[in-house]
Amino acid sequence: MLYNAKYIIPGLVVAVAAFTAPFWLNIGTPSYTYPDVAVPTGEDSKQCVEPKEWMRTQHMTLLNTWRDEAVRFDKRTYVATDGKKWDISLQNTCLGCHANKVDFCDKCHNSNNVQPYCWNCHVAPKGNE
Amino acid sequence: MIVSFVAALLIGLAAWTGSQAGLQYLFGMALPLLAVVVFIGGMIWRVLYWAKSPVPFAIPTTGGQERSLDWIKPARLDTPMTKAGVVGRMLLEVLLFRSLFRNTTTRVDPQNMRITYFSSKWLWLFALLFHYCFLVTFIRHFRFFLEPVPVCLEWVEFFDGILQVGVPTLFLSNVLIVCALLFLFLRRIVNPKLRYISMANDYFPLFLIMGLVGTGICMRYFDKLDVAQAKVFIMGIVHFSPQSVEGLNPLFFTHLTFLSVLLIIFPFSKLVHMGGVFLSPTRNLPCNTRQVRHVNPWNKPTVFHTYAEYEDDFREPMAEAGLPLEISLEEAQAHDNEKSGKPVEPASAQ
Repeated sequence: MLYNAKYIIPGLVVAVAAFTAPFWLNIGTPSYTYPDVAVPTGEDSKQCVEPKEWMRTQHMTLLNTWRDEAVRFDKRTYVATDGKKWDISLQNTCLGCHANKVDFCDKCHNSNNVQPYCWNCHVAPKGNE
Repeated sequence: MIVSFVAALLIGLAAWTGSQAGLQYLFGMALPLLAVVVFIGGMIWRVLYWAKSPVPFAIPTTGGQERSLDWIKPARLDTPMTKAGVVGRMLLEVLLFRSLFRNTTTRVDPQNMRITYFSSKWLWLFALLFHYCFLVTFIRHFRFFLEPVPVCLEWVEFFDGILQVGVPTLFLSNVLIVCALLFLFLRRIVNPKLRYISMANDYFPLFLIMGLVGTGICMRYFDKLDVAQAKVFIMGIVHFSPQSVEGLNPLFFTHLTFLSVLLIIFPFSKLVHMGGVFLSPTRNLPCNTRQVRHVNPWNKPTVFHTYAEYEDDFREPMAEAGLPLEISLEEAQAHDNEKSGKPVEPASAQ
């Protein structure tokens, strides 16, 4: 015999619904694919500062290091692991190729709920035009 | 403690090495799905088991003045008399850990050998911190399960990372949960009485959560994971269409394995207090034992035979023997006639 069923059953239903939410909320939603970010444009767009896989996981660290080096230590040159020298500048180096914030930065960031505060100071690029 | 530490370590190592040896789908997909089934099934079984157990006595704890004379102020939330009061007490208990807030320690003052009771709020503070950080972390993880990400999750992340320290932004919940975990662990080590009563069941979940939190923090700040790719994999799980595991950090699978083991032992360990807190008779019964009779549900229904019924059975022999009757033979007959011969009476009156 089940005591207090009028409290137990709704409680269980709510709990199970909450814990299985990721499954039933995604019923009927299109399958999720890796964000289709804009292809870089510009003269150096063949090769990024560091390899693509490294950039995908570490770009935020690199940007943070660049910010610290440029702003705090006035160090303006970055030597990549392949020996190539790059100008430490978000505006000129990064945005030189990745000139489309909406289709490059935002696509991944929005999809993964990342809200970087780069654009509090920097002017956001408008597009690839 | 050593056993649980080694067990947690082995689980982590197995997942870490296994996911590098091509067992990513085992640790990243099969085990988590199994864990979800065991967790939900186990919790339902556990709650139904509790709900089937009768509460033989009314055993609410009285945490303050019971309702008494008008001029004595009752503690409406600590000794609730009404259903609304019980709801209030449960909310205080579940959301603010009211009973832990009342925690005291005892110390003997060596100078005059007197016992002193101190209010001890450290456990309450760190337990509350731990649970709320865990909740915030749990909610934040929904960004991997939903597309598009709801705006409320953005607010959670915004306030969690409001200090804007570093990139990725340092989450306050990350810092606080580590502090809370360290406190909850060290208090079992430092306090001899607590160390004596601490069992593997106490340490093992702690080590698992440390592993879970540790791998999560590591993936966010140190040995980075491509979260976009992790989301593709996770969305593949919830859509039941496996995605590629190529290039995912082994720590990701270690993280999932710690979580899976935690979920699997959840219904069978002390962690089940998540559901149990709602079913504690000391908390969820109203303190009205002087007003309402609590009948033990497993008592057999009692068959009563009242004196009135006894007199009904033996009225005639009793009247013959001259025994005093509460309802005399004539009264009883008049009553019977009134009941059964009602249509007859008006006819005779005419």
